[in-house]
Amino acid sequence: MKPEPRSWGRWPRARHELRALRWRHEPLPLAPEDSPALPAGNGRSYGDVALNDGGILLDARGLDRFIAFDPHRGIVRAEAGVLLAELLELVLPAGWFLPVTPGTRFVTLGGAVANDIHGKNHHHAGSFGHHVTALELLRSDGSRFRLSPDERPKLFRATVGGLGLTGLITWVELALRPLGPAPSAPSAPSAASEARPADSRPELRIETETLPFEGLGAFFDLSRDSDEAWEHTVAWLDLSPGAQERARGLFMRGNHASREEGTGDPSSRSAPGGPRGGEPGAGMADRELLRAAGLLPPRLSVPFVPPVSLVNGVTVALFNRAYRLREGRRRGRRKVPLGPFFHPLDGVRHWNRVYGPGGFVQWQCVLPEGEAREGLAAILRGLRLGGAASFLSVLKVFGEREGVGVLSFARPGVTLAVDLVHRGIETLALLDALDRIVVEAGGAIYPAKDARMAPATFRASFPGWEAMGPHLDPALSSSFWRRVTGSDSAANTGAHERAGAHSGRER
Amino acid sequence: MKRCLIVGATSAIAEETGRILAREGARLVLAARDRAKLEAVAADLALRGAQVEGVFPFDALDPEGFEALVARADEALGGFDHLLVAHGVLPPPGEVDREVHERLASLRVNAGSVIGLLTAVAPRMKARGTGVIAVIGSVAGDRGRRSNYEYGAAKAAVHAYLEGLRAELAPAGVRVLTIKPGRVDTPMTRDFEKGALWATAPQVARGMVRAMERRQGVVYLPGIWRWIMLVLRVLPESLFRRLPL
Ligand SMILES: Cc1cc2nc3c(=O)[nH]c(=O)nc-3n(C[C@H](O)[C@H](O)[C@H](O)COP(=O)(O)OP(=O)(O)OC[C@H]3O[C@@H](n4cnc5c(N)ncnc54)[C@H](O)[C@@H]3O)c2cc1C
Ligand SMILES: NC(=O)c1ccc[n+]([C@@H]2O[C@H](COP(=O)([O-])OP(=O)(O)OC[C@H]3O[C@@H](n4cnc5c(N)ncnc54)[C@H](OP(=O)(O)O)[C@@H]3O)[C@@H](O)[C@H]2O)c1
Repeated sequence: MKPEPRSWGRWPRARHELRALRWRHEPLPLAPEDSPALPAGNGRSYGDVALNDGGILLDARGLDRFIAFDPHRGIVRAEAGVLLAELLELVLPAGWFLPVTPGTRFVTLGGAVANDIHGKNHHHAGSFGHHVTALELLRSDGSRFRLSPDERPKLFRATVGGLGLTGLITWVELALRPLGPAPSAPSAPSAASEARPADSRPELRIETETLPFEGLGAFFDLSRDSDEAWEHTVAWLDLSPGAQERARGLFMRGNHASREEGTGDPSSRSAPGGPRGGEPGAGMADRELLRAAGLLPPRLSVPFVPPVSLVNGVTVALFNRAYRLREGRRRGRRKVPLGPFFHPLDGVRHWNRVYGPGGFVQWQCVLPEGEAREGLAAILRGLRLGGAASFLSVLKVFGEREGVGVLSFARPGVTLAVDLVHRGIETLALLDALDRIVVEAGGAIYPAKDARMAPATFRASFPGWEAMGPHLDPALSSSFWRRVTGSDSAANTGAHERAGAHSGRER
Repeated sequence: MKRCLIVGATSAIAEETGRILAREGARLVLAARDRAKLEAVAADLALRGAQVEGVFPFDALDPEGFEALVARADEALGGFDHLLVAHGVLPPPGEVDREVHERLASLRVNAGSVIGLLTAVAPRMKARGTGVIAVIGSVAGDRGRRSNYEYGAAKAAVHAYLEGLRAELAPAGVRVLTIKPGRVDTPMTRDFEKGALWATAPQVARGMVRAMERRQGVVYLPGIWRWIMLVLRVLPESLFRRLPL
C-alpha cells in the first residue's frame, strides 16, 4: 500500500484500507482484531480529519439514498453519504434550499454534520448543526441511537462537530430554508413550519452586491452595516505578495431574490412551475432547473497533477488582480444564480491539483470580536513577513450563535481562511507563529482545514474537548485525533521534523 | 411511461438503473430477497420520481415463487412492458475444491432462476405483443476462464437461452436484450484490486437504459469490452489458457 493524497489539500498522504458501506441497517464491517477505523465522506476536508493513516476508512459515500421528504414543511431525511449537490436536486423543485451551505456542494451530509460546517449566513442561521432535527448514530458495538437536541442530547452534541469519532452517522434529518426572500424573522430556522403554497415557483437567484474596500476598519464597517439586512455576507481579501497589509478586498453580500422582481427574465421562465412545483413525489430537478440555478455539474477539470505547483507569487498576484478588476467592475446590485454565488469553486473539477505534487495547506481561524482587529492585523503582517502569498483568502464576521457541538468551530467572532502552497518547513513554521496569535487572542483553528496544528493549539481552541471522552467510539480514530491529543508518537514532533517528513515523501 | 419489473432490485447495477428510470417517472415493481434493503431502495426511488407500485420478495433459490411474483407484478403494473433481471452471485475462487451443492446452488442462482423467471414471463409478453426483456449476463460467459468458470458457465447458459428466446419472441414484437458488463465496481467485486478497465455501476446503468431503447440484441458495457471480447473469443484455447485471466 502506497501513501496516497486523499484529502482536499493533498497533504499529508496516508495509507488506508477502504471498506465501502452500502446499507444503513447493516452493522459496521469491523472485526475485534481490526486496526482503528474512521467514517469518511467525500474527502473535501483539507487536512487530516478524514484521514486515518495505517487504519481503515469506512467509505460512507455508498449510503446515498433519500429516505423521506416533506415538501410542505421542508424537512428532509437522507442517508449520510448523500452529497449536498444531490440533496439540492431533490428539494429545489419543491421550492427549498439548504439552511447552510459551505463553499462547495460536493460534501456529504455526514461530513457536514461531523465538521458542523458554516456558510456565508452564519450571522443569521448559525451553523449546519443548528438545522439538524435528528440523526442516527451507529456504533462499532452494533448499538444505534436516534439523536437530536432532545434525544440523548449529550451524545448529539458530541456527534455534531464530532469529526466522525463517536460512530457512523447513518442518516441525517434536516430543516430546510424556503427559496425566496427571508421570512419575517430571518434568524428563525423554524420558518420550515410554514405551509408552502402548492404552486410556488422557486426563485433560483440571489440578489447580490459587491463593494470594494481597503483596510480592516472599512471591512468591519461594511460588515456591521450589512449584518441585519443581508442574509449572506463574505469578503474576499487580496493577499498577493506585498499587498497583504493593505487589507484590500471586495465585500459581497446577498439575499435570496424575490419572485415579483424576477418576472419576465429568462431564468424565471425556465424554472419549473405548475404541476411539479411543491408536489410530493415530484421527483428530481431536471437539467433546465439546474441550469437556471447554476447547479449543473462542472464542465471544466484539471486533468492531472502538474509536476510543480502552478500557484506561486506571480500567479497569485495575477489572479488576485484580475479578480479584483473583474468583480470590481460588477459593482452594484445584480442577480446571480445560486451555484455561482454559493459555490464559485465548484466550476472546476479537481482544482486542488494545481498546487502540484506537494499539495497545499488551508489555514482558517476565528478570533473573538474584541481582539479581531489587532489579531488580524498581526496575522496579515505575519503573512507578509513570511513571504506567504495566499491564492484565495476569505474573511467573514460570524453571528452570535455558539455552535451545537462540543467541537464546533464556528462561534461569535471573525474568521479568516487562507490557502498556502506547501513549501515545507517555511510554511509550517509560519503557521505555527500565526497559531500563537490566534491562541493569544482566545480564538480557534478550524479542524476541517487543518493538518498541522499542535496539540496545545487544539486544546486552546476547544477548551471543552475533554467532554468528548465518554462519547468516543473505542474502535474509531483518525490521524487528526491522534495528532492533536498526543496519542500518536509522531504527534509531538515539531514543525521541523514534520517538514522533513513532507519533503521526504516528495522524492 | 415505462412499466418495469426489476428482479434483483437491490443489486448496485439495478439500483442505479432504477434511478434513471425514476427520473423518467417510470412505474416500477421491485423484487429482491432482503426486505430491509428493498424498502430502502423503494423509498429512495419513489423520492426520485418513480411510482413504486409494489415491492415483493424474490429468492432465486425458490422457484415456486417465480410464477406468483410475475403475476403480482403484472397485476400491480397493469401488465409490465419492461423486465430487468439483475440478481447474481460470484462464487469464491478455488474452483476445483468446491462442494457439489455449493456449485449447483450458484448455477441455480445465476442460470436456473433466470431461465425459470423467463419461463413465467415470456408467454405473457408474447401475448401482449410488445415489451423489452433485459437480462444481465457477463463477459465471463464468453470464455471459460481459470478464475471464474463456474460463474462463466452459468452466464454462458443464460446467453444461449436469451439468443434463442430473442429469435422466438422477435416476430411477436418483444425484444430480448443480453447485457454483458465487463468489470464493475460493486459489492460483488468488493475484494478485487480495481484497475483502469473498471466501470462504475451508474456508467453501466446508463448504457443499459440506452440499449433498452434501441433495437440491440447484445450489448457490451462499457463498449470497449466488445472489442476486447472479440479478440479473446477468436483466440485459440492453447493461447487463451496462458493468459493471466
Ligand atoms: C472548496 C471548498 C470550500 C469549502 N468551504 C467551506 C465553508 O464555507 N465552510 C465550512 O465550514 N467548510 C468548508 N469547506 C470544508 C468542508 O465543508 C468540510 O470539510 C466538510 O466536512 C467536508 O465533507 P465531506 O463529505 O467531504 O467529508 P470528509 O472530508 O470526507 O470528512 C469530514 C469529517 O466527517 C467525518 N464523517 C464523514 N462522513 C461521516 C459519517 N457518515 N458519519 C460520521 N462521520 C463522518 C469524517 O470522519 C471526518 O472527520 C470547504 C471545502 C472545500 C473543498
Ligand atoms: N460487478 C461486476 O463486475 C459484474 C460484471 C458482469 C456482470 N455482473 C452482473 O451484474 C448483475 C448485478 O450485480 P452487481 O454487480 O450489481 O452486484 P451486487 O450489488 O452484489 O448484486 C447482486 C444481487 O444479487 C442478489 N442475489 C444474490 N443471490 C440471490 C438469491 N439467491 N436470491 C435473490 N437475490 C439474490 C443480491 O441480493 P442480496 O443483496 O440480498 O444479497 C444482490 O442484490 C449480476 O447479474 C452480476 O452477475 C456484474
